[in-house]
Amino acid sequence: MQLSRDDLKRAYRSMFTIRAFEERVEKEFAEGNIPGFAHVYLGQEASGVGVCFDLADDDYIGSTHRGHGHCIAKGVDVKGMMLEIMGKAGGICGGKGGSMHIADMNKGMLGANAIVGGSPPIAVGAALTQKLNKTGKVAVAFSGDGASNQGTTFEALNMAVVLGVPAIFVFENNGYGEHTAASYAVGAPSLAERVRSFGLPCEVVDGMDFFAVREAMGRALEHARNGKGPYALETVCKRFLGHFVGDPQAYRTPQELAEARAADALPRFRAAVTGASLLTDEDLDAIEAEVLAIVEEAAVAGVAAPMPDPDRDLTRDVYLKYA
Amino acid sequence: MSRKTYLQAINEAVRQEMQRDPRVIVLGEDVAGGQQSSGEPGGVGSVFGQMKGLFNEFGPDRVFDTPISESAIIGAAGGAALTGLRPIAEIMFVDFVGVCFDQIYNQIAKFRYMFGGHAKTPLVIRATAGAGFRAAAQHSQTLHPLFTAVPGLKVVMPSNPYDAKGLLIQAIRDDDPVIFLEQKFLFGMEGEVPDEAYRVPFGEANVAREGRDVTLVAFGAMVPRALAAAEALAKDGLQAEVLDPRTTSPLDEDAILESVEKTGRLVVVDESPPRCSMAGDIAGLVADQGFRSLKAPIKRVTCPHTPVPFAPSLEDAYLPTSARIEAAARAALAYS
Ligand SMILES: Cc1ncc(C[n+]2csc(CCOP(=O)(O)OP(=O)(O)O)c2C)c(N)n1
Ligand SMILES: [Mg+2]
Repeated sequence: MQLSRDDLKRAYRSMFTIRAFEERVEKEFAEGNIPGFAHVYLGQEASGVGVCFDLADDDYIGSTHRGHGHCIAKGVDVKGMMLEIMGKAGGICGGKGGSMHIADMNKGMLGANAIVGGSPPIAVGAALTQKLNKTGKVAVAFSGDGASNQGTTFEALNMAVVLGVPAIFVFENNGYGEHTAASYAVGAPSLAERVRSFGLPCEVVDGMDFFAVREAMGRALEHARNGKGPYALETVCKRFLGHFVGDPQAYRTPQELAEARAADALPRFRAAVTGASLLTDEDLDAIEAEVLAIVEEAAVAGVAAPMPDPDRDLTRDVYLKYA
Repeated sequence: MSRKTYLQAINEAVRQEMQRDPRVIVLGEDVAGGQQSSGEPGGVGSVFGQMKGLFNEFGPDRVFDTPISESAIIGAAGGAALTGLRPIAEIMFVDFVGVCFDQIYNQIAKFRYMFGGHAKTPLVIRATAGAGFRAAAQHSQTLHPLFTAVPGLKVVMPSNPYDAKGLLIQAIRDDDPVIFLEQKFLFGMEGEVPDEAYRVPFGEANVAREGRDVTLVAFGAMVPRALAAAEALAKDGLQAEVLDPRTTSPLDEDAILESVEKTGRLVVVDESPPRCSMAGDIAGLVADQGFRSLKAPIKRVTCPHTPVPFAPSLEDAYLPTSARIEAAARAALAYS
């Protein structure tokens, strides 16, 4: 499907929102405004945005510990996210979940996930709902290369095939699970080959190229929505930063880090759309300015916002009604 | 003897046991770190640095990274233990045992008994535990009650650097499976730790502070908080005894009953939701076997029956504090 100018603007806005949001998270973390730890999505923007671009609010995604980008790509409110990450009462989960547990049921976002391999089985269930209710919708499970080695992932892949559900498994291969290389931890010659051996198609896509990811996702959607069962993508990405904000990364050479930055998906998108005279630099700069203002407002509001009140919130929502 | 942190004590225990016994191996996610990366391999040594330097000292046949596959890590460690190795398997955060709990409670814990005493499973599962790090619901639990409830497992919760080293050496030399819960909150705690190897036996409580008025039982990261409460009580001339059982299984029941016989009042502090906790367990023990010693109802200071919340305001209210322990002790003391 051809993308209109508005579509292209939406894609860039989404990718740049992730970029600006995560860079702000880095800054706020350094300033002590973000408790705990944060895994940012910098470098992988094109993967999440390409996958989510043609999903509606009632298509579902399940995410990972590196979930901010998936949330933004799925349309979760940036201010609600920032407040959540800062542990504030106005956060999207009331400050109870934090960075690794952002969820928004209204946006089909079934949660970031702090358990590696937590999302794939959940996505199979969400896809089962779509199949049984004949909604024509899909459920996507984002996983990393590291998560591709988890037993829960293997079980989910197999069960999705057996049940024939519209699940799409997206493996974002950024080359590392924490500090250990995927080439070491994935025993099979290729991640995608192993996924295919479960009995579903798996495409390998350049995860730094929004257009390539979106097109592959189009084929996945076509397949899943037409009752042909699950589909998988391996999006090959670069992780710009360490595993978490503050990771000194002695296990990566400066040269590798520079190469990762050189493959940046955002300038690449810009060059493609301006080169083809679809959008101008001014169009894109205007988007950046707008987004930066939104992120700025979210961060400033986040720092000023109150934390939840233990007397009211600590024991609330364990069950529907806490006695 | 020299001053070391809790973290250093753990590292030293493993290093010395690996030097002593070639059957001891270390496996887990990023226990070496950096395998097949572009930079320096082996430089990570677990996410808090507990296994730092071991890969470089002992090499890839003794210290190895695994894929993110907890069921296989724990199951393989169990199989290796059954057949002659003495593995130390790491679960990065104890919360992740959910992924591999079958291997722990149906397999490893039961081998010896199910096999009629023919098998030995000399295995240590090290895992970091505890809240207070703003690490949210899936990286902050303690889960010791879950393990303690399983016959066949031994469960260790060291509260200081000296115990961390001695209990870990005991765990490595023990022929039963041991769950060793490293208290995240205490990694930076310093104390006197002998340079040579030594053991702290399981099932022997430490009297962390003597007193005659009220007994405070606490485990792991709650021990320093109980000691702080005892200190505050002492300002008013109230003598609290702080008892640290060190292991929840085996549990030094005699030490608890003897202390309550002396003081007549009991507060149990437990970093856990209250249902099926050590607080409930020990209250049950004393109600059953120490009833005549009691001069006041038993007080339990626990977390609420909730997951661990992320927001600092909520997490601070979630954890037992020394102020809450002190208040419970005062309530027990005021009862007549
Ligand atoms: C069950 C479980 N095991 C281990 C971890 C610790 N952990 C968090 S992220 C991570 C690496 C995940 O790698 P990958 O799936 O490639 O995702 P990436 O971080 O590269 O986005 C690990 C080991 C965890 N959170 N859950
Ligand atoms: Mg990865």
